[in-house]
Amino acid sequence: MRPLRIVLAEDHALLRAGLTQLLEAKGFAVTASVDNLTELERALDDPDADAAVVDVRMPPTFTDEGLRAAIAVRARRPGFPVLVLSQYVEQLYARELLASGEGAVGYLLKDRVSDVGEFVDALGRVADGGTVLDPSVVAAVLDRRRDTPIDRLTDREREVLALMAEGRANAGIARALVVTEKAVAKHINSIFAKLDLPTDTDDHRRVRAVLEWLRF
Amino acid sequence: MNRSSEQFEHSGQPGQSGQSGQPAGRWAVTGYAALHVLLFVPVVVTFVLVKVSAILVVVWVGILLLPAVLPIMRGLVGLHRALAARILGAAVVSPYRRLPGGLLRDLHTRATDPTTWRELLWMLWAMTFGFVASLLAVVLFLGVVTWPVWWYGVVPLMRARAAVDRAILTVGRTERLERRVRALTESRAVVVDHSAAELRRIERDLHDGPQARLAAVSLSLGLADDLFDTDPEAARRLINEARGTSSAALGELRDVVRGIHPPVLADRGLAGAVSALAIDMAVPVELALDVPHRLPAPVESAVYFAIAECLANTAKHAGAGRSWVRLRHEGDLLRGEVGDDGRGGADPRSGSGLPGVAARLAAFDGILSVSSPSGGPTVVSWEVPCVPSA
Repeated sequence: MRPLRIVLAEDHALLRAGLTQLLEAKGFAVTASVDNLTELERALDDPDADAAVVDVRMPPTFTDEGLRAAIAVRARRPGFPVLVLSQYVEQLYARELLASGEGAVGYLLKDRVSDVGEFVDALGRVADGGTVLDPSVVAAVLDRRRDTPIDRLTDREREVLALMAEGRANAGIARALVVTEKAVAKHINSIFAKLDLPTDTDDHRRVRAVLEWLRF
Repeated sequence: MNRSSEQFEHSGQPGQSGQSGQPAGRWAVTGYAALHVLLFVPVVVTFVLVKVSAILVVVWVGILLLPAVLPIMRGLVGLHRALAARILGAAVVSPYRRLPGGLLRDLHTRATDPTTWRELLWMLWAMTFGFVASLLAVVLFLGVVTWPVWWYGVVPLMRARAAVDRAILTVGRTERLERRVRALTESRAVVVDHSAAELRRIERDLHDGPQARLAAVSLSLGLADDLFDTDPEAARRLINEARGTSSAALGELRDVVRGIHPPVLADRGLAGAVSALAIDMAVPVELALDVPHRLPAPVESAVYFAIAECLANTAKHAGAGRSWVRLRHEGDLLRGEVGDDGRGGADPRSGSGLPGVAARLAAFDGILSVSSPSGGPTVVSWEVPCVPSA
């Protein structure tokens, strides 16, 4: 199996070198490593690229061009896997990234990179079409208590949904909650039913459930 | 209902009269002249009352009389100010000093307020030449044969009278500049204090948080380096610990940065940043944001923190079920309000929150007002002059 070809965009030279080293050590091929928006857009048009790891803030304006580029490339190439890294996370941006409902998207704080295993795992899940949200986004959503359809979920179902938002597969959720995978599958079906999500491929429903959950 | 409403203003309440618009025509002007004539007796009576009360201050009675008489004078003069404004089609503004509260202090403020003296001088004019001018306008109209004179003469005559009214009642250029300087000095002092306090807070946050943690990281790494050969297991534990500590340091740095200038504000401007703020609130926030352009960064920041402060207060104290944020940028004025349906009774003077916000807005000539009757709703609104940045 050929290694996944990654486009890396990060304007800070030290971090760029570190990430390149880390990714290559873990069996990814970094085909382009860029530090500005123009080069990123060119690299994203390369049909051979399999996925992108993108910093939110980059030249020329040092605002959110990385995020915009990620959303734009996914409009051109639906389902193109993008993992967005940032020094800070905003629920607003998480919603925007997930809005297309296609999955294959991740949004993580940069410091999560320090846990190499988790980070590589997250990138792999995004490349496979999964959705990975930073635990701090998930925690912020859990902090809100509002009168919404999410209230129909039981506490256990909410826990399952939070872990789904962090991008864990059924086996991972089962491990975290110390239950069987079968029980997790049952909870997930119940969540889909309570949120009125239409029958679809499993991955898309997972993304939609998470998006729905972010909305409230 | 215990209605507490407070205006934060740095130049006192202006005694403003009349809207700018079209100057009045000859019919209207004649009507106003008739009003002047009718108001002659009240003006004389008020003048005498003020004089008598002022003299009676010597035997103390005047101290009780003046606070009753001076507002009558203000009202009467205010009416004439409105008439002059209508005749000229331009606002006639003369600011009063803000009253500090308390019988004697109020009296002292009124007595030393140049506007009070200007009003007394104006009354002398209104009882003599001013009165004659208005009477003449009315007589020219009533004395049928003089209509040609009235037709051509009444508007210039009354405009001349109104111009003198305005000249006496409004502040001169020097005084206006003095007031402006005083207001600017005041708001500058507050802003300087505020930013010094902010810097101290940031220094403390950095010192107690990330700095201490990074020192711990470097200590852990040094120890790990030392143990690398002899006890690799312990070294690994220390490295793991260092990783956790550096994550915590980054988390604290993020909080400090949010307190200085939230990244989402830099990225998306006021409307985007307020939307992001609303998402994080536990209470549902309705948004009506109409800010099509980016505004100057200092204004964006001041207004953002004003909204953040109000929403934080709502979450902490109001017990509200619903809240709203409105923002509208029109011409060169940014208006906004934050409201909630909570229990009200917010005291705009207490704590450092709202006064701090008011001070920051005052630096841009912004005005903040708070209405929070007990039982709610609480509405904090503001107006900040600003033009969109290029």
